[in-house]
Amino acid sequence: MSAPADFQHDAANGGTLRFSGNLSLRSIGDLPERLAAVSEPVAGLDMAGIDRIDTVGAWLIHRFARDHGARVSGLNPDSQHLFDQVAQADEPIEMPSAPYGTFKRLLAEIGGAVIQAFQTLHGLLGFMGATAMAFGAVILNPRRFRFHATVHRFEVVGVSALGIIGLMSFLIGIVIAQQGAVQLRQFGAEVFTINLVGRITLRELGILMTAIMVAGRSGSAFAAQLGTMKLTEEIDAMRTIGVNPMEALVLPRVIAAVLMLPLLGFYASVVAIIGGGLLCWISLDIPPVTFVQRLREVVPITDLYVGLVKAPVFGAIIAIAGCYQGMQVEGDAEQVGTRTTTAVVQAIFLVIVLDAFFAVFFTNVGWN
Amino acid sequence: MTAPTFDGNAIIRVRGLSNSFGEQVVHEDLDLDVRPGEILGVVGGSGTGKSVLMRSIIGLQQVDTGTVEVFGEDALNVDEAEAIDMRKRWGVLFQGGALFSTLTVAENVQVPLKEFYPKLDQALLDEIAAYKVVMTGLQPSAGPKYPAELSGGMKKRAGLARSLALDPELLFLDEPTAGLDPIGAAAFDELTLSLQRTLGLTVFLITHDLDTLYAICDRVAVLADKRVIAVGTIDELLALDHPWIQEYFNGPRGRAAVSSVERVKTRSDAGGA
Repeated sequence: MSAPADFQHDAANGGTLRFSGNLSLRSIGDLPERLAAVSEPVAGLDMAGIDRIDTVGAWLIHRFARDHGARVSGLNPDSQHLFDQVAQADEPIEMPSAPYGTFKRLLAEIGGAVIQAFQTLHGLLGFMGATAMAFGAVILNPRRFRFHATVHRFEVVGVSALGIIGLMSFLIGIVIAQQGAVQLRQFGAEVFTINLVGRITLRELGILMTAIMVAGRSGSAFAAQLGTMKLTEEIDAMRTIGVNPMEALVLPRVIAAVLMLPLLGFYASVVAIIGGGLLCWISLDIPPVTFVQRLREVVPITDLYVGLVKAPVFGAIIAIAGCYQGMQVEGDAEQVGTRTTTAVVQAIFLVIVLDAFFAVFFTNVGWN
Repeated sequence: MTAPTFDGNAIIRVRGLSNSFGEQVVHEDLDLDVRPGEILGVVGGSGTGKSVLMRSIIGLQQVDTGTVEVFGEDALNVDEAEAIDMRKRWGVLFQGGALFSTLTVAENVQVPLKEFYPKLDQALLDEIAAYKVVMTGLQPSAGPKYPAELSGGMKKRAGLARSLALDPELLFLDEPTAGLDPIGAAAFDELTLSLQRTLGLTVFLITHDLDTLYAICDRVAVLADKRVIAVGTIDELLALDHPWIQEYFNGPRGRAAVSSVERVKTRSDAGGA
């Protein structure tokens, strides 16, 4: 390695800096700081003593010469060529404009968030409409229905989720029964644990937990799949071939989610009840026969209906939010990630909001 | 001719390289030398492993057997510190530019500088990014833009600016002119040539573009049958009677490229006189 970049000040001829060593990025060391600290008048920069120069060295010399009005001499032809190229490229680059003050930025961010929330709602409603239209078109022309794609989604959304949803529900059933038993024991009313487990899983938790799991499993997958297809222009290619992506991609996913969610929700409720029953048997000494008998007495059939009515709606919301966010991806890979996150958050949020509406609604119609 | 006979100080020396993906053998006993200061064009049909060769040299591809020497050092068996030293001395332009999508063009150029020279201050980094961006033929206004806002050709130029960030001695270009319009491609060739002359670069250039080969490459290496079947100037290659080489350079597109080069020559001769 050659000597590091260095310079000596020479007061002759109105001040000259005589450079030596290797003026390249690797051996530049503290040269920028030292050059900035030069206070004597400088009229010339003598480069005859240097070993090598690269664009960074050339830039430093150019900048110094420009700022001090100094003349550069002593470069060999190759280095001179390099120096000229760098000097030619000296155009002020526009950097991003300075951010606003904190308060203004806060207001701007709130405003932006509100606008975006409305835009998303608007877009989501529009997308729901487009899905409904695609559904209508497929009903009018059943040959366009993608049977295989839909069945494939059944498997991905429904069958492969059985394991994880079963395990989750089983544990939740145990937790509800256990916590319920602890509280109810204080009143000597442990037997009401059965009411608790039976009703809450069928009405609320079975379907709600399933919806959250499906949103995380399938809603995110929908957004990422469609988003990536959008990036790689697959969706544009589909359109040019005359395939409507709403029919080919969105509809199978929505139909699969709408049909699979009630089944998964019912399955989740049953598994949760089994978990609760197991805990009642082990820790409360309620034998399974008694548990089932009691269940039949205290859980009205309307509880099952409440769960089953909600399920397809949740399924539709999850699928539509996932597909909508996926179709909104534009530009880069980063967007696929943010849109996927948004899809899951949006789906879970909407599911819980709607669940609250359903709770009020069913109470008012007397299914309580 | 078919076997590399150059025994000077090759900047890249590949010997006996073999690569395979499962059953599919891409390279078998491949030899190649890249001489200092030259622009070496690498051509070959689709799927002959041009990109795999580049990835083997820069250490992105786990090779089966063979040796790769870069700057006279064994590039395949280096420890982390040596590998970093080596990476400081080369720049790579990937096919699509491979810009970091969350950073602006100027920030992209600064990434290698910040990584390898953390002591440089931000003002100098900004200036370096600015002149690199301008040197690669982009408008200064492209600096604060994000890759998603750039056209394909601008992305390539921005990618080139990033690959030149460390003032490398060796530059790998993977199909730099693919997807550019002819004017943009010609300008890119011009730029490569001028940077090579200015910075004294050695360029390893993968291309399908016959015009690029004629316009800027000192030598051309032809990849076929899992090996480098020939290396030399285009005239030397034309003297061989390998069917692929003949079809490549004497096909309709090859002839068109020659005649366009000749047209340019006549025009500039006429202009010079």
